[in-house]
Amino acid sequence: MTATVSFILNGKPVTVASPADRMLVWVLRDELGLTGTKVGCEAGLCGACTVLVDFETALSCSTTLGDVAGKSVLTIEGLAHDGKLDPVQAAFQEHHAFQCGYCTSGMIMAAWAFLKKKPKATRSEIVEAMEGNLCRCGAHVRILDAVESAGKAVGGVR
Amino acid sequence: MRRRDFLQGAATGALTFFFATPVGSAPIVPTRPGTYSEDFNAYLKISADGRVGCFVGKTELGQGATTVLAMLVAEELELDPAQVDMVLGDTDLCPWDMPTGGSLTMWHTAPVLRGAAAEARAVLLRMASKALGAPVSGLTLKDGAIWVKENPARRTTFGELVKGRKLERHLGKVKPKPLSECTVIGRSFPRKDALAKITGAAKYAGDLRMPGTLHACILRPPSQGLTLASADTAGAERVPGVRIVRDGALLAVLHPQPDTARKALALVKGTFEGTEPDVDDVRIYQYLVDKAAPGQRVVISRGDVAAGEKRAATVVEGEYRNAYESHATLEPHTSVAKWEEGRMTVWASTQSPFVFRDAVAEALKLGQDKVRIIAQFVGGGFGGKLVGPGAIEAARIARQVPGVPIQVAWNREEDLFLDGYRPAAVVKLRSGLDAGRGAITFWDSTVAGVSQGEAELSYEMQANRYQAPAVPGLHPLKVGAWRAPNAHTNAFARESQLDALAAKAGVDPVTLRRRLITDARLLRLLDLAVETFDWDPAPGPTGRGIGLACGAWRQGLVVAVAQVAVDRTTGQVKTERFLEAVDVGLVVNPDGARQQVEGAITQGIGQALSEEIHFKGGRILDKNFDTYLLPRFSAIPRIQVVFADNATMVTQGIGEPPVVPVAAALANAVFDATGARVTHVPFTPKRILEALKLVPSK
Ligand code: FES
Ligand code: FES
Repeated sequence: MTATVSFILNGKPVTVASPADRMLVWVLRDELGLTGTKVGCEAGLCGACTVLVDFETALSCSTTLGDVAGKSVLTIEGLAHDGKLDPVQAAFQEHHAFQCGYCTSGMIMAAWAFLKKKPKATRSEIVEAMEGNLCRCGAHVRILDAVESAGKAVGGVR
Repeated sequence: MRRRDFLQGAATGALTFFFATPVGSAPIVPTRPGTYSEDFNAYLKISADGRVGCFVGKTELGQGATTVLAMLVAEELELDPAQVDMVLGDTDLCPWDMPTGGSLTMWHTAPVLRGAAAEARAVLLRMASKALGAPVSGLTLKDGAIWVKENPARRTTFGELVKGRKLERHLGKVKPKPLSECTVIGRSFPRKDALAKITGAAKYAGDLRMPGTLHACILRPPSQGLTLASADTAGAERVPGVRIVRDGALLAVLHPQPDTARKALALVKGTFEGTEPDVDDVRIYQYLVDKAAPGQRVVISRGDVAAGEKRAATVVEGEYRNAYESHATLEPHTSVAKWEEGRMTVWASTQSPFVFRDAVAEALKLGQDKVRIIAQFVGGGFGGKLVGPGAIEAARIARQVPGVPIQVAWNREEDLFLDGYRPAAVVKLRSGLDAGRGAITFWDSTVAGVSQGEAELSYEMQANRYQAPAVPGLHPLKVGAWRAPNAHTNAFARESQLDALAAKAGVDPVTLRRRLITDARLLRLLDLAVETFDWDPAPGPTGRGIGLACGAWRQGLVVAVAQVAVDRTTGQVKTERFLEAVDVGLVVNPDGARQQVEGAITQGIGQALSEEIHFKGGRILDKNFDTYLLPRFSAIPRIQVVFADNATMVTQGIGEPPVVPVAAALANAVFDATGARVTHVPFTPKRILEALKLVPSK
């Protein structure tokens, strides 16, 4: 049943006509053309589809369109501003915290949400926060370095 | 358009350099006879606007090919790698190349590319010399401009030099810069794919959204070995917008929305026929041994094994096993195909654009010139995307829906079901040491499941025999090349067995290897590893949990040292520290090479500790990452990587070597921690607990 759902996407209001039980990841990728959010398992097991809903991490493969009605959704495409990278993105670039890049959007979003709450985290707290995100290429050490340095550099994110 | 026509077209108004593959660099991937030698390997294009384009038939899997290949071009042409535009993996634009695998890019393609760029430099300098009326020796080349050293105002640019000219040079004679003059090679450069990947802009095959795209979900049999016999599609056809395509045993449900196509597929009822294999993940090892037995033949034979056994004072017998393992790239296999004007174009997640092209052409009975593969960013390969069944599926469907882009994106269950696994294997080993200086008097391997690839290392052995079967269709499941195929199975057996011999003879594992190693390069690497780890080896088990293993992939050598903690109650192994000393000759991009080693160590940890395909008959029981267990952040140790200082040796590939000794180093570390010898990869908590039970109490 098609519903009309409005929410804030990367700071701008959008309205989508689509079934309310449709998973957000398909709405983002298909209806809204934002393909930076990836699909790796469709079962909440890999974190590739991580986005932020009201600044909390959400797995968009397991979050419905209806779930985000009236809320604010932030995806990887919404992080950079005025041609300037977000500090977390910049840290991932600096540390080469990726190889194939398929996990990267989800990693950055998960790290962003975590650092917002806890910029001065210990290494083991970062590990715990990132545990739900899989990286098959083995960029883990660099991802941890990037998250750590992003936290230190700015004392947190916006 | 055929490639030759294209090359002629491309040469107009640009300076094009062709270069053939160098003689003497024998490809390990068999090439079709008569095709490769007369073809070009890659080429450069300097456009009238001064941009330097580099076209190579490899793909970017995350291994950093885009960056390191651009560095080689930049080195010779005095550019920043950022000034080189890379075009990878488009079969219409790039000359034929072998797959992106086997660690071939740096070993095979790189020297050719450097040679091409060196010649481009020479030609440009000669042209500038004429244009500026100054001798070549008096010219300076930098950032796409050439000027007279004494008078920088007298200058020209690449763009001005090539404007309106058509010039082809076949390469041969020009030597690349000597290492002492290199300013790019040996330095770490920012990855060229960084910005696209951290902003979400990078396009993988599944991210393409061509207007009118239909997403195709394919009906799968419940078990391997079965194919579709009949199907009832009435339910699916009631879903608005659904379209069914059938081609033989291939049945696909098409819809503009991928999730709707998937839901509609669930409404299709199929019956299947065929025979599924009668074996499971427990019985597989005996199955392989029994099936292999009649076909066993000696493939390595040096010295007299029987006589060696008589001379042995210490004999160790071991049986080493490994399970089927999936590539499990985070991006499942994905392709988009479009049939238009008698040509099939496939945008694919691929390691082998040209293999995909030929396979699609064959499946559709088209000429190769009627198929174009365009590689996208690839979300991991590791050998899994060397072959393209998904691309063929997309093309077969697209052939029936002319003009419509058809996307086939396997979901995780399909990806785990349809993957060509790392083969399960059994390696039986008998070997012995003499009583004197601890020489290996005999080494006897009988193997089922893999071949002898990288079974030997430069260890002195008085007698050595390796028997493996030539049994076609040995494996009940589909197998394929998994990063350093055969090598990790053989290294796990060999390095575990050496450790067991050392323990039984009461020598430490490093001393034993120092005595046996005949190659000075490996010996130096062993010392480098032990020193960097700051480890004082002692006969095991010492309780410290430190283990070592050596491995090779062609000329690339690796020594791995692992430190683990074993929880004796749960059987959990925690990798605390992992070091690899690596010798791959001249390291072109140190940070890029380091990333490859870090990734390989991480994959090796997954291979050793948790990754296993569970199956019953033809049913693959692992459907997602809840049971197929990849290493997560908590499994990652402190990782150290050191490279041997060996800049005079030609660069070897870095993709495969570092994964080879990982499982063996971890098994040896488990032994050092507990006295338990784990012989079955992956050594899951259950297998660790079983091995612990076998340790004699003191
Ligand atoms: S795709 Fe959502 S968690 Fe894997
Ligand atoms: S970079 Fe490939 S999955 Fe993380």
